[in-house]
Amino acid sequence: MNIDLASLPTTIDMLHLILAVLVIIFLVLVIKRKPTEQATSVEPIAEQKPEPAPTTAKETPKPAQLKEATPDAALQLLTLLQQDARFIDFIQEDVANYSDADIGAAARVVHEGSKKTLSTYFELTPVRNEDEESRITLNEGFDATEVRLTGNVVGEAPFTGTLVHKGWKVTNTKLPKIAEGHNTSIVASAEVEL
Amino acid sequence: MSDTETNPVEDTNEMTARYSVGIDLGTTHCVLSYLDLEAASDETADAVELAVLPIPQLTQPGVIEEKDQLPSFMYMAHDSELNEGDVTLPWNEKPEDIVGSMARNLGSKTPIRLVSSAKSWLCHSGVDRHSDFLPAGSPEEVSKVSPLDATFEYLDHLTCAWDNKFPDHPLVDQEVTITIPASFDPAARELTAEAASFVGYENLTLLEEPQAAVYNWLHACGDEWRNQVNVGDIILVVDVGGGTTDLSLVAVTEDEGNLTLNRVAVGDHILLGGDNMDLALAYRVKAKLAQEGKELQTWQIQAITHACRDAKEQLLLDNDVTEVPIVVPSRGSKLFGNTLRTELTREEVRETLVEGFFPNVSISDHPRAARRGALTQKGLPYAQDPAVSRHLAAFLSKQADAAEDLNESPAEEDNSMFADPLSGGFGAPEADSAQFIKPTAVLLNGGVLKAPVLADRILSIINQWLTDANAEEARLLTESNLDLAVANGASYYGYVKQGQGVRIRGGLANAYYVGIESAMPAIPGMEPPLEALCIAPFGMEEGTETEASSAEFGLVVGEPVHFRFFGSNTRRHDETGLQLEQWQDDELEELPELQATLSTEGRRAGEVVPVNLSAKVTEVGTLKLEAIAVDSNDENGEPERWQIELDVRD
Repeated sequence: MNIDLASLPTTIDMLHLILAVLVIIFLVLVIKRKPTEQATSVEPIAEQKPEPAPTTAKETPKPAQLKEATPDAALQLLTLLQQDARFIDFIQEDVANYSDADIGAAARVVHEGSKKTLSTYFELTPVRNEDEESRITLNEGFDATEVRLTGNVVGEAPFTGTLVHKGWKVTNTKLPKIAEGHNTSIVASAEVEL
Repeated sequence: MSDTETNPVEDTNEMTARYSVGIDLGTTHCVLSYLDLEAASDETADAVELAVLPIPQLTQPGVIEEKDQLPSFMYMAHDSELNEGDVTLPWNEKPEDIVGSMARNLGSKTPIRLVSSAKSWLCHSGVDRHSDFLPAGSPEEVSKVSPLDATFEYLDHLTCAWDNKFPDHPLVDQEVTITIPASFDPAARELTAEAASFVGYENLTLLEEPQAAVYNWLHACGDEWRNQVNVGDIILVVDVGGGTTDLSLVAVTEDEGNLTLNRVAVGDHILLGGDNMDLALAYRVKAKLAQEGKELQTWQIQAITHACRDAKEQLLLDNDVTEVPIVVPSRGSKLFGNTLRTELTREEVRETLVEGFFPNVSISDHPRAARRGALTQKGLPYAQDPAVSRHLAAFLSKQADAAEDLNESPAEEDNSMFADPLSGGFGAPEADSAQFIKPTAVLLNGGVLKAPVLADRILSIINQWLTDANAEEARLLTESNLDLAVANGASYYGYVKQGQGVRIRGGLANAYYVGIESAMPAIPGMEPPLEALCIAPFGMEEGTETEASSAEFGLVVGEPVHFRFFGSNTRRHDETGLQLEQWQDDELEELPELQATLSTEGRRAGEVVPVNLSAKVTEVGTLKLEAIAVDSNDENGEPERWQIELDVRD
């Protein structure tokens, strides 16, 4: 990417916005898939390749049961984001050639629409309700998916540390139903005005 | 509709009606609310639970979502527009008609195929409401439906959605209440009942929307309502919906020690609502962009209207937001560069909506233009004066003595001479010379009045009038969730009807008259003077019938005979059979004419049969007029009767 260093600070703001939207999308996708995977307790990223099961096994490693994510739900979400937020249009364009004002105007469309989509189809709540940057204590038996320990991870629970990110949890998903035979891979129809 | 009457199976119906269902058949949205009668009767005392049915509907081709509201739109798709699987519904793989969100979405880009505002057309007497002409003004090859068909489709969709969720309790067997504007004329009520009868509801009642709002309030208050109002209170219901503004007055009286509610007056039919407001904002933004030299295309104006609707909601809240950007992205996949951007400021919204639609006016300041003659109208007769407050002032002035009979205290001044409806009278008579009914409480309803700024403005205008007239300020009765209030109130009404809780007394909100040309020699260039014969008095209750009037009419066998038809929402004391020789201009409003056709069966064509006219208010809530033969009986020895059509088909 060709970034003009002189305009770096503001450009970075715009990019952050894009990144933020992306982070939310992926987070939602990841969290949405979570419940079905809890039993296997592997990393939450859906691993499509057949080999990369648990590495460096000392005992005989058990092959993990990996679930194939159906693309329909993901495509549906993309469709909704494109519809309400012009998400794909936004990401597919090369931002380098446009002024911040242009990008800013478009980013509003994306932000407003994405927000609407998220609030319509998902109920989001923070995982932890404490203030970020405050000290919290985790008792034994906490859910390692809900709370991820980082940094100086030693000793036994209860752990006390700083809440860096409060986390997000989808408490309810109500995606639209899709008619049998509907082609979900068309995330935006071409439009022809007569 | 006569069909609903041909079902005398009362007892079995009571058995099967497990739910009371309220349907808000709105101009822009339909909502269905329900109440489990069985559960409600079990716990008797405590809160009665109301629920809103999530309505599965297509939002995009092939995509089905459940929403609380079903947009009242219908889309007449072109054959090559959609694939086969694209219109599937949970209960029907290949529905013929598209209604709801997808209809509205597709129609926003192809308006020539969109049927909208069917409800307003239903109340438009200038057109034949049974004929297929919607979408209005679209090319010939687009298939057309009548307002009646469209209404049927919305009801049918709701019914299918219900039956899909409660297969053991089909909606047609439940206690169904459909709401209509209080200002609907008898023909529009009849047509609504007719559309419902096509669906086949066994137990149908029509309920006026402002009354439904009051029922919703009663439900929300529980027993507490008795502490919130007192004998002598007059509750003004202001309902500003998406397409119409509906006004009603409810008086609180006492009957054998119990508080009772009486709906004493309803307003005229005003086609003015939230949609006008969004459009007004969009045109304001358009003008602003035009000043910057940007010309807009139709699709951009539409997009702006959408954006304005969202922006309006933010700006009308009590917050610190001073401006909201309005962004219209390009239609193509290139999002950057072509995006149109401007702002809508709080000041602009205030000016356009608060001052434009709710200006501070005096009580004697009434709508600027007279209502246009409906019969010459091709489009919908939208209100010409957008100021809700002026319509409100006109209503309160016109109904100055609405509660006179109910409250023991007689009105202080002589009645019948209302404030002069001066057009645009800025230097109009002072408020103390203007007479108007003084509401003591105000109940607001409709999505528009969710905005606190607008609600406050209405209340402050009313209170200004009251203060000027040395009356006490009215208090606001608070209600929750204005979008769903009407449907909720309607389903609660179904429960009240079974003898639980307080029922609003209503009856006809108009007295009805037929016109009689008085016998006098014809004078060129002058219409013969007209007299009005009262055939149904004000306040006539459901399930009652009037005695046949003594005036005789001659009906010609085999030929349609027309009557001129009038309604008055102010003449409360006219009894059946009263013949009016003169009346004030705004007292009687001409309604679409009536028609009676006597079949030639058993008679010679051209023969004249003398008849009396009789009126009946059905249990459903519609008006029925009958011609009763004076001197001939049918085989059972009863006088012969013929139905008189309220909705004349030209």
